[in-house]
Amino acid sequence: MKGGDVILRFERVSKTFPGVKALEDVTFDIHRGEVHVLLGENGAGKSTLIKILTGVFKADSGRILLDAKEIRPENILQSRKMGIGTVFQENSLVPHLTVAENVFLSRELKNSFNTIDWKRTYQECERWIGGMGIAIDPRVRVKALSVAEQQIVEIVKILSQEPSLIILDEPTSALSENEIDNLFSIVNKLKGEKGITFVYISHRMEEIKHIGDRASVLRDGRYIGQLPDLKAAHLDDIINMIVGRPLNEKFPKRSVQVGEAAFEVKNLSVLKTIYDVSFQVKSGEVLGLAGLVGSGRTSVAKAIIGVLRRESGEVFLDGKKVNIDSPNDAIKHGIAYLPEDRKREGLLLQKPVRENITLPQLHKFRKFGVLSKRMEKHAAHGLKKTLSIKTPSIERLVKFLSGGNQQKVVFAKWLCAKTKVYIFDEPTRGIDVGSKSEIYKIINDLAGEGAAIVVISSELPEILGVCDRIVVMCDGRVTGEMSRNDATQENIMKYAIGGA
Amino acid sequence: MDQTAQKTRRMLAFTDEPWFSAVLPLIFLFVAMSLASPKTFLTTSNIMNILRQGSIYAIMAVGMTFPIITGGIDLSQGSVLAVVAIVTGVVIKDTGSIFLAVTAGIAVGASVGLLNGVVISYVKIPAFIMTLGTMRAMRGVALLITKGSPIDIKLPSFRFIGTESLFGIPILVYLVVAVALVGQFILSQTSTGRYIFSLGSNEEAARISGVKIEQNRIKAYLISGVCVAVAAILYISRLGSAQPIAGDGYELEAVAATVIGGTSIMGGEGSALGSIIGAVVVALIKNGMVLLQVSTYWQSIIIGLVIVISVTVDVVRKHWASLRVS
Repeated sequence: MKGGDVILRFERVSKTFPGVKALEDVTFDIHRGEVHVLLGENGAGKSTLIKILTGVFKADSGRILLDAKEIRPENILQSRKMGIGTVFQENSLVPHLTVAENVFLSRELKNSFNTIDWKRTYQECERWIGGMGIAIDPRVRVKALSVAEQQIVEIVKILSQEPSLIILDEPTSALSENEIDNLFSIVNKLKGEKGITFVYISHRMEEIKHIGDRASVLRDGRYIGQLPDLKAAHLDDIINMIVGRPLNEKFPKRSVQVGEAAFEVKNLSVLKTIYDVSFQVKSGEVLGLAGLVGSGRTSVAKAIIGVLRRESGEVFLDGKKVNIDSPNDAIKHGIAYLPEDRKREGLLLQKPVRENITLPQLHKFRKFGVLSKRMEKHAAHGLKKTLSIKTPSIERLVKFLSGGNQQKVVFAKWLCAKTKVYIFDEPTRGIDVGSKSEIYKIINDLAGEGAAIVVISSELPEILGVCDRIVVMCDGRVTGEMSRNDATQENIMKYAIGGA
Repeated sequence: MDQTAQKTRRMLAFTDEPWFSAVLPLIFLFVAMSLASPKTFLTTSNIMNILRQGSIYAIMAVGMTFPIITGGIDLSQGSVLAVVAIVTGVVIKDTGSIFLAVTAGIAVGASVGLLNGVVISYVKIPAFIMTLGTMRAMRGVALLITKGSPIDIKLPSFRFIGTESLFGIPILVYLVVAVALVGQFILSQTSTGRYIFSLGSNEEAARISGVKIEQNRIKAYLISGVCVAVAAILYISRLGSAQPIAGDGYELEAVAATVIGGTSIMGGEGSALGSIIGAVVVALIKNGMVLLQVSTYWQSIIIGLVIVISVTVDVVRKHWASLRVS
C-alpha cells in the first residue's frame, strides 16, 4: 500500500434539492487502502454524497472519478458492478431466507440444470464467512441471528461481490462494544490483506479516531477540509471543524418571561431504551433535548405521550400528577407531540390539509354530533394564514405539498389543538432554510404565549439558537444539563458522546 | 386560468370522487344491455327485479365499505347472513313476533361484528384471517342450528317488506337507499367516520393525533355486522325461507361491489354511495347474463374483468390527478 494513490475523487460535485443546496462544489480525494471517515452534522451532505456515488441521486454538476475514470452509476446495481459496495444503515437482508440465500440473492449460483447449486452456495458462503475469522452457519435463517451477526452477513454479502471500495454507513449504531471491536478487526484485516478501501460514516468520535486513517469534513453541503492524520487529531479540533458555523440571525431573538414549572417528567424509564430520565420545563421556556441519533430522545417523548410502555416514571402538569396511557390522554391533558417523521407519523398524506389540521381535536368541530365543515374550514383557513402554508387550497391533498409546507401542516394540527405543552421532535428536519426560520418564529410565539416547549434536535445550532436550557442525552440517560449561556456546541457534543 | 375553464373544472369536480369509476361501467353495461336485449331488459319488471336482487348485495357492500376503509376486510359476511337469517326465522316461527325476531337477528349480526373487531384490534390478528375464521365457524353454526334443512317463513306481514312495492318501486329499494344514506352520513359527517378514514390512511399518524384506533376499528366491524343482519332479514323476507347455505360467497360479491365503487382495498379511501353503485353493477351483470342466456361460468369471468377494469380506471385516474397537480 502506497500513500497518496487516489482511488476515488469527487470533483466539484453539486446537488440542489428544491429549496436546499445539499452539496456545493465538493472536491476531495480518497486514497487506496485507507479507512476514510466522512464527517459532518446531520444534513451536512454526507448521505447525499454517498447516494450520488451509488447512483441513487444524480449530481447536478461535477464528476466522480474511480481509478481516474469518470463514473456515472444509474443505480446501486451499477455502482456495485463498478466495484463500490455499500453497507447501508438500514438492514437490507431478507429475514426469512438463510444466510447463504441472502449473500447470493439475485446472483444465485446455478448448476447445469439451471437450478440452484446448493452445495456450492453453502461452500462459497462458508468460505467468505470463514475468511472473516468468525463462525456463522450459512444454513441458518437471518432472522435467527443477532443484530451484530446480521451486520456481519451484510458485510459478507458485499465482500463476496469483491468490491474495491466499501461504504459503511453508521455500521456500529446497533452494535455493542465487543461487536464493534470485532467489526473493526475485520475492517483492519480487509484493509491490510486485500487493500480494500473503506468510506466510513459515523457520529461517534471515539470510534472514528480508533478506526479511521484520514477524514473529510462536510458542513452545510460544502467541503470544509481534511484531517490527514485522524489518530493524532485533537477531539476538540475535530468537533470544531464539524460544527464551526457562526450562528447568524437565522434564529429570531426573543424575550419571554419564564414562569412557573409547567411540565415535569420524573424518573422515566422504558425497558432497554431509556433509564431514569427527569426534567422540567417552565411555562414560556424552550427546553432543548440534545443528543445523537439513537440516544433515546424520541423514546422519551413517546413514553410521555403513552405510545411506548413506561416501566416507571411520572408526568406532572402544573405540579399535578397526570395519568397518560395513550396519545389521546396526552391531548386531553394538553400535551402535543410532533413526530420526527412527518410522513410516517405526522400526516395523512392522502387526505386534504383541512382534515389533517382538525384531526387531533375533531370533537371541537361538531354541532349536534355532526361534523361542521364550515367550522373546520374556518379554522384551517386561519391557520393557513398564521403559518403562511403555501397551498392553493385547504382541500389540496397533503402529499402534493412541499416538505416545508407539510411540516407546517403538522404544526397547524397542534396549534389548532391549543395545548399547553409542546414536544417538537426534529421540527425542521428536511426543510429549507427559509421555512426553518419561520418554524423557529412559531416556536418562539408559542413560548411567548406561555406554553412549555421541548425541542428535540440533532442540529446543534438549532438547539443553541432556540432553546433556553439544554438537556443532553446519551445511551438513554441524561448526561448533562446547561443553560443557554453556558452551552457551546463543543460541550453539548462532549455530553452527547458520553464523556463528561 | 380563465373563468370558463375554472367553471368547467368545478362542474367536473365530481369526476374526482372515488365512486365515479363505477359510473362508467354502470352506464356502459346499461347501454350494452339495452341494445342487446331491448325487449326484456328495458322493462319495468326487469329493472325492479335487478334492484331487488341487487339490494341484498348493496346493503352488505355498504357494511363492507367500513372495514375496507380501515385497511381490513370482513369475509364473514356471507356466513353471518345465514346465521342471522336462521335465527330470525326461528324466532318468528316460535314467537310470531317480528319485533323480537328482528331484534334477535340484529343482535346476532352485531355480536359477530363486535367479536371480529375486538379480536382484530386487541389480539392483532390480520382481519383477513380472523374473518376467514368466523366465516367458517358461522357457516358451521348455521348448519348446526338447522341440522342442514331450511326454515320456511310464511308470516305475510313479514314477507310484505321483501316482496311488495310502494309507488311502483320495491320497498327493498327504499331500505337500501336509507342504509346507504346512513352509511354515507356516518362516513362523511361524523367524527367516527373521519377516524375510520384516518386509521386506514395512516394508523401511526392517527394514533399520535389521539385517535382511538382500537375503538374505531371495532366500530367498523360492528357496522359491517349490523348491515349484514339487515341484509339477512330482508333476504328471508324476500325469499320466505332461511337456508343454512344462504349467502354462500356473498362476501365476495360485496367486496367486488365495494371495490368497483371506488373504495381502496389499501384503506383510507371510499364511500358508501360508491358501494351501492358497485352493487348495482354486479346485479346488472348477473341479470344481463341470465337474459342473454350466457352461462354462469361467463358471469364469473365478466365480474372478474369488471373488477380489474374499474380498479385500473381508478389507478390511472389518480395518476393523472397527481400529474395535474404537481
